[in-house]
Amino acid sequence: MKKYNQMRAMLSIARASFRSSTRSPSAVVFTLAFPLIFILVFGFIGNSGGVRVHVAVDNTSDTLNAIYKILENNPAVNLYADSDSEIYRALKKGDLDAIAHIEKQDSGYVVKVATSDIAIQNGQLFKGIVKQIISELNLRAMPNITLPFSMEDQPVIHGREYKTIDFILPGQLGFSLLSTGVFGTAFVFLNLRQTLVIKRFFATPIKRPYIVIGEALSRIIFGLIGAAFILTLGHFAFGFTLIHGFLTFSIMMMLCALGLIIFMGFGFVVSGLAKNESAVPPLANLITLPQFLLSGTFFSITNFPNWLQPFCKVLPLTFLNEAMRRVSFEGAGFMDIWKDLGALGIWGVIVYALATKLFRWE
Amino acid sequence: MVGSKEIIKVSNLMKQYGDFTAVNGISFNVYEGEIFGLLGPNGAGKTTTLEIIETLREKSGGEIWVDGKSVDDDKNEIKKIIGVQLQAAGYYPSLNLTELLSLFSGLYNVDIDKMKTLKSVGLEDKVKAKYKELSGGQKQRFSIATTLINNPKIVFLDEPTTGLDPQARRNLWDLIRGIRDNGTTIVITTHYMDEAEQLCDRVGIMEAGKIMTLNTPDALIDELLATGFTKQKDVKGANLEDVFISMTGHEWRDE
Repeated sequence: MKKYNQMRAMLSIARASFRSSTRSPSAVVFTLAFPLIFILVFGFIGNSGGVRVHVAVDNTSDTLNAIYKILENNPAVNLYADSDSEIYRALKKGDLDAIAHIEKQDSGYVVKVATSDIAIQNGQLFKGIVKQIISELNLRAMPNITLPFSMEDQPVIHGREYKTIDFILPGQLGFSLLSTGVFGTAFVFLNLRQTLVIKRFFATPIKRPYIVIGEALSRIIFGLIGAAFILTLGHFAFGFTLIHGFLTFSIMMMLCALGLIIFMGFGFVVSGLAKNESAVPPLANLITLPQFLLSGTFFSITNFPNWLQPFCKVLPLTFLNEAMRRVSFEGAGFMDIWKDLGALGIWGVIVYALATKLFRWE
Repeated sequence: MVGSKEIIKVSNLMKQYGDFTAVNGISFNVYEGEIFGLLGPNGAGKTTTLEIIETLREKSGGEIWVDGKSVDDDKNEIKKIIGVQLQAAGYYPSLNLTELLSLFSGLYNVDIDKMKTLKSVGLEDKVKAKYKELSGGQKQRFSIATTLINNPKIVFLDEPTTGLDPQARRNLWDLIRGIRDNGTTIVITTHYMDEAEQLCDRVGIMEAGKIMTLNTPDALIDELLATGFTKQKDVKGANLEDVFISMTGHEWRDE
């Protein structure tokens, strides 16, 4: 007798399950319609500038001087603190309007201001603010002969326009993967249990892990087709930046696959915890909603109060969103985003350890 | 037709759920090529017994051999030679019949002529119909078709005619007899005594996890009559179901 091939059986489940998903309205809505609607909305809203200038002072700056104190208290100036590489990255993207370096020299303090060509207006505005502060401070220090404060322009940095879509699309894509992964997986296994499809599989010679792999494979393929569609449409219709073209697209797709696999783990956990179908949505929402709001899907998590940010920063979707934005806009490779990948990996281990504990066949 | 080779041997089978004993030390054999019926009221332990033989459930005690293979050691070998029809649905509702047959041919690792399979259960017109669009009788027939894909030695049917109209039941009986005539052993559970009497070569009657009696339907009736039992009502040469069938015909209905 011919040897039974588990692979063949697994693939036939994957195919059947994939067909079934394409006919499920909720799967299509979650994977494609939701993110597309958000992308459409935000794609058309475009950039809306604020009246505040976003500025960082680099780490080698002297901060024990009057000019820093005044900048810190100026309501028109939003001062950020981060590593030097981060702030220069932000300047290139237009997240920051200028970077100031305050240096103590023998003659007094020198403020060196770097700006970028994508935020020229705000850069000039900031220079104006600094000049004004300096002249006021110098006026006050009149008795001295030397002028203690001065400003130097740094060469203008060349940046690339960071469009709203470059921020919104990865966030929406990440969230779409999260909901497909969590809701899709949770409902599918619950449904299979309830409709006895899985029991019928048990009556055939396929081994149990292959049933799960087959079902999971179909969800991954389904999710990735959705991701490819969103990326392509975003790129061609809304000018979403894929900096190195197809290479960037490929890395994005690999990130999507990784994210999806981890999020599906949450789905397995939910399906293990849920006693029946009505218990799925609350549990799944408990996992997806906070991440929807707090993972930088719509706006940068720097907008949240400081006490909340540490929490935002450890959510898996935050890492995925951050990694996707760096890859698509800055052309980061896997080596550049190893921290995000590592964090996602840790989430994966935790979630799947839980899922294997909780998974129920019947 | 019925051989003397025991294809299923059940010895002292026990199944407990906590304090509740669902199956209480039953023993019976099924012979190759027969239609064996397990009868009994709801909760008597029929489905549990069936599912343990089908390797879908673990037993608490006793021994079972299916075609010489023990359910303890050879689950996967047993699954290859049996066909299982579950009491309730077990198919992706939104797939059509061809797609579902592809799935099961993959699951059993066999190549099949899908049209021929559908024809054998009278569903050749439903090739592109989705499973959820089938009527109750059609669902049962399709379910039986999937049990035949791997050319099994034994087919298990759990209440295949429950909820069907008289036409659909009769046609399912013909289908089941046809499968038996091809040399496949059939184990069936049912609530309908007329069905068991018509269809089964031997029946076991279960109650509260035990087999109360086991024999051919004929012998069981004779045993009862020998105790002096008489029906209160005069038996006519026909019953109401015969009237119903003669009025509404034998054709399969698309309910």
